Amino acid sequence: MGRLFAIEIIYRGIFQKTLAKNISRAIVLAAHEEGKPGISFGRYGDSPERNGIPAKNFAIVATDDVTLEEGMAKYEPKEVDITIAVDDTLCKGVESWAWYGLQPVNRLLKPGGTLIVTSREKPETIITMSHRKEYPYQLAIMTGTVSFSGLWAYKDDHTDVRILGIISRVLPDLFTLKSVQKVIMEVWKDPIKVQSAAKAFDRTSSITVRPDQGNPEVPYKFDLPKWHEMGEGIAIPSIPAGGAFEDPETRAVGGFRPDRNPTFKKYTTRTMRPVINFDTCIKCTLCWLQCPDSCFDVTPDHLYDANMLACCGCGVCEAVCPVKECVTMVNETEFADNASQWEMWKKDKKGYEAWLQSKIAGRRERSHGFRYRGQYEEQIPEMLNIASEG
Amino acid sequence: MAEAATSVQEHKKTDETALITGSEAIAVACKLADVDVITAYPIRPYDTVMQYVAKLVANGEMDCEYIVAEGEHSQFEIVKHASACGARVFCGSSGVGWMYAMEALTVTPALRIPMIAMVGNRALDDPGAFGVEHNDALAVRDLGWQLVWVNSPQEALDTALIAYRVSEDRRIFLPCAISCDGAFLTHSQALVQIPAQEKVDAFLPRYNRADLLLHPDNPITVAPQGNEDWVMEIRRQNFAAMERTAGVIREAYADFERIFGRPYGNPFFEEYKTEDADIVLMGMGTLSTPVRVAIRQMREKGKKVGLVRMRWFRPFAAEELANCLSRFSAVGVIDRDYSFGSPYMGGVLAGEVRNALYPSPGRKPPVLGFICGLGGREVTVPDVEKMVESVYRAAEGKSQPLTQWVGLRE
Repeated sequence: MGRLFAIEIIYRGIFQKTLAKNISRAIVLAAHEEGKPGISFGRYGDSPERNGIPAKNFAIVATDDVTLEEGMAKYEPKEVDITIAVDDTLCKGVESWAWYGLQPVNRLLKPGGTLIVTSREKPETIITMSHRKEYPYQLAIMTGTVSFSGLWAYKDDHTDVRILGIISRVLPDLFTLKSVQKVIMEVWKDPIKVQSAAKAFDRTSSITVRPDQGNPEVPYKFDLPKWHEMGEGIAIPSIPAGGAFEDPETRAVGGFRPDRNPTFKKYTTRTMRPVINFDTCIKCTLCWLQCPDSCFDVTPDHLYDANMLACCGCGVCEAVCPVKECVTMVNETEFADNASQWEMWKKDKKGYEAWLQSKIAGRRERSHGFRYRGQYEEQIPEMLNIASEG
Repeated sequence: MAEAATSVQEHKKTDETALITGSEAIAVACKLADVDVITAYPIRPYDTVMQYVAKLVANGEMDCEYIVAEGEHSQFEIVKHASACGARVFCGSSGVGWMYAMEALTVTPALRIPMIAMVGNRALDDPGAFGVEHNDALAVRDLGWQLVWVNSPQEALDTALIAYRVSEDRRIFLPCAISCDGAFLTHSQALVQIPAQEKVDAFLPRYNRADLLLHPDNPITVAPQGNEDWVMEIRRQNFAAMERTAGVIREAYADFERIFGRPYGNPFFEEYKTEDADIVLMGMGTLSTPVRVAIRQMREKGKKVGLVRMRWFRPFAAEELANCLSRFSAVGVIDRDYSFGSPYMGGVLAGEVRNALYPSPGRKPPVLGFICGLGGREVTVPDVEKMVESVYRAAEGKSQPLTQWVGLRE
């Protein structure tokens, strides 16, 4: 049997669908330049995609047709040579909308495989976000503004070809930079994109991530029930309504916290999270009312605490809040955990104020790409700088 | 000014005899079963049932929610939801009306809804014929619907009561369609024994949706979207429910005989003059009448012919039927339906009968298929004689076409 290559592209549904598809297709076409057959597909269970929800594309390539068929016999590869996360916040975990359960971003990586992440963060930040792996793997960062666009508009910021250049660097057995450049000319007919791929090839280096590095959390596990253990009639018990809870400082009981699904969380959809200034909150209830995911807990002192396991990071709370900077959306990479902001504030109001200001002041604008008109234009100088300086 | 009907009339204490059509018999069964929610949308020949139900409600003889929907899809969806909320329901349709409801028909067994529907069998369009063909009801044969064919108004009434009893059994919770041949049954009146209400009450317990009841006191989510991690298990559950139907049907017929005093023998198929028969014909619905007449005439000429009339098509009593058919030297199956492109281009029932025989350890008689009586064309005594001749030739080992069209202008 020949050699089988598997590459997965993890992306944010809809916003990066075309990007992921372009990378996946170009991988197969570049390998084909070197006589290798391959297939490219989007994971069926991820479709129809929901805004921002993690999804996957796969490129399977082999040295010959028979080996390729071995790879195609299982729909989703059990292990991959390269995992590409085209948004760094995906490193916190991947929970597809149809596949319950959070999975580590590096779950499918082979020993010694490479995780390629598009990010402006330092490697330490990416490593801290990613779950630990029992064996070492490589991390390569493609420095750049995370590319978000949509189904109908494509942000041609060269993320696609730069990723291809990096693949030819970290896995030269799959294809060479020369094949990548040939495909770029065939597909995009753009010599500047050819240069971008070459620059990415030259600039990329990877570091080894050890088993003792990364998020030590063990993603929850569950057993699927047998057919005779399941309820009949496609009817499932509802999640209980929830109720009052205790203030950790005053021990007062009150407010309302809805019970939430114990196995299906939503936070891996999030690229930014609301940071709340409880001191300026006027308790108008709008964030709580408008949140499409019922993620706000009503606290015993009648404030509104966004639960970070349930928040998708859509930004509606920020949009409806009538008080300036009471709710501010901040890049998800700024946070190490999903702890309650309200509890932090209750315990140490001064400390919370300092924490809040540091998050807001240092925040780098972050979104799915349509929060306000002219946002892309604002990013162009930075993107040009990354392109020339690296 | 006439006084508005404000209360339901007193229940009848004793059996009585009435001259009614098959459709009216079904409507009377709905009244006796005290159905809670009935939806309707007119299409011939089913519309006769909705007219009779409307009359019963308007006369104050029956108390139910009677909703005329804006189409069959809504008609079946409304009762599906009402049943999920614990209501005993009834609806029905015919031909392409039934097909228009198809999406609702597929989800009904999946959600384990014990809906009882009357299908007034009608040819599918085009050419827009009103007459009977069985393809409408048969379109749902793989989906978890119980399907039963009846051949008289009496059997229609009795089978409707039995269908409620079986479908609403917690072990089953599957829908059931009662097929009544257009015109021959839906529009023909016969003398029917209408049982006393107390007998029906003794036979038919109230519908109890139990753990699946959609109610604020029992918070559940019904029909969430599931993926490949769940679908096979859900289908397997419906497989198990359908497996249990045969036993529950037997129980119900035994109780029916005990309470109403009317025996049906084997619930799944009826045998006529088969004890000494060389060959038998098979079929479903009202075509049994000309077949029985033909059999009697041919027996006078020394031809030992019998009839096996299938009542329950789903569940299909395969083993029992294979056992029965092993007694004969050849079988002719009359299909009032078609299945173009199917094995040997036969009708649906012929294919099912061959299928039932194949794994049987006993004798496997040759099975000939006859397509006959489509679009409401009469199945005549000479037609039946023609079939019998061919089946006899097959019994003698002579090669016969496996599918023959009978009663065709050719």
